[in-house]
Amino acid sequence: MGVNFNMASLRLRESQIMKIHYLTGIVSLFAVAIHILFRLIMPFGQSLLYQNVISNYHNIFYALLLESILVLISIHGFNGLRIILIELKQSSRWESTITILVLISMIGIIAYGTRTIVIASGL
Amino acid sequence: MGEENKKVVLKVFRTNYNKNESSHYDEFEVPVNRWTTVLDALLHVKSYSDTSVGIRYSCRMASCGSCGMKINGRPSLACYTKISELNKDVIVCEPLSNFPRIRDLVTDFSQFFDHHKKIEPFIHNDLVPLDIKDKDDLVEFEQSPKEVDDYLQFSYCIKCGLCYSACPTVATDPSFPGPQALSQTYRYIADNRDNDKSTRFNILDERHGIWRCHFAGSCSAVCPKGVDPALGIQLLKGHMMGFSKNDKKVANLRAKNKE
Repeated sequence: MGVNFNMASLRLRESQIMKIHYLTGIVSLFAVAIHILFRLIMPFGQSLLYQNVISNYHNIFYALLLESILVLISIHGFNGLRIILIELKQSSRWESTITILVLISMIGIIAYGTRTIVIASGL
Repeated sequence: MGEENKKVVLKVFRTNYNKNESSHYDEFEVPVNRWTTVLDALLHVKSYSDTSVGIRYSCRMASCGSCGMKINGRPSLACYTKISELNKDVIVCEPLSNFPRIRDLVTDFSQFFDHHKKIEPFIHNDLVPLDIKDKDDLVEFEQSPKEVDDYLQFSYCIKCGLCYSACPTVATDPSFPGPQALSQTYRYIADNRDNDKSTRFNILDERHGIWRCHFAGSCSAVCPKGVDPALGIQLLKGHMMGFSKNDKKVANLRAKNKE
């Protein structure tokens, strides 16, 4: 018995995408606020010194916070870019191409950023 | 000097796309009173200066929505705009933006009405068949003043197209239904006699649907009937995201409990 794999069934409705868009926007506000507040635990100049930055990465909670910021902002930002681009032209081919390109770029950025976080945190 | 002697210059956009005429502005000097509207001035031009000026109008009392045009750059009804209130000696009349132009100040509303028809602007109710063959099929619905208030302001829409012309999203995306169709969708969803919101949600929940509204709010600023399409769109978004208070569901449950 073959497995029926239908790409259309994987497609999210626009309202579902926008729910994710709004949610990632709101949550990333809080995550970025915590990230910026971390600069205030010592004088600002010192907080950006190489060894201090690396020691921050070695804190597993901070590394998880950075990873969540990366994922949240990538999803929110790339969906915003998709919205801008699909308004420019009205054809299903253009829309599908833009959606696929944006998805690939988003996954690429998240993968590269995760690699940086993993290497810097010494996991 | 009496008010009757005051004159303004009416600068009218002229072109005929069926004859490939190049567009230009014609200027006409028109006598105006305190109560002269832009439509009165245009009709004066047609009567005494140039009969070929193309305008569309009907009721002259802001009820039919036919005489929409850009007056000094702002989408307005010509019959509802007094020249004395514009405080300008030169009045520029142009066709509405975001509509295909036909001739002079006349635009083509086909696409606008297509968007309106697409949202099925009538009551959907399981108790009432869409084509009534027998008068016994007619059903009476009770509505409280509160239930009428939920949608009343949106039912004042006269389909003049001013909100559609002012919408920046429609300017870049003609597939976007526009503020008129979206606020009319809310008008029917908020109506407690309608019980088929999922059909309309499916129509609007797509890539060029309701989510492309960026809340510029210019639709509400230009509406001559005091409708707030931007509010309707935001309330509709709330319904689609499940943030509404579900007033209708509560009312239905109460009605069932009574039975």
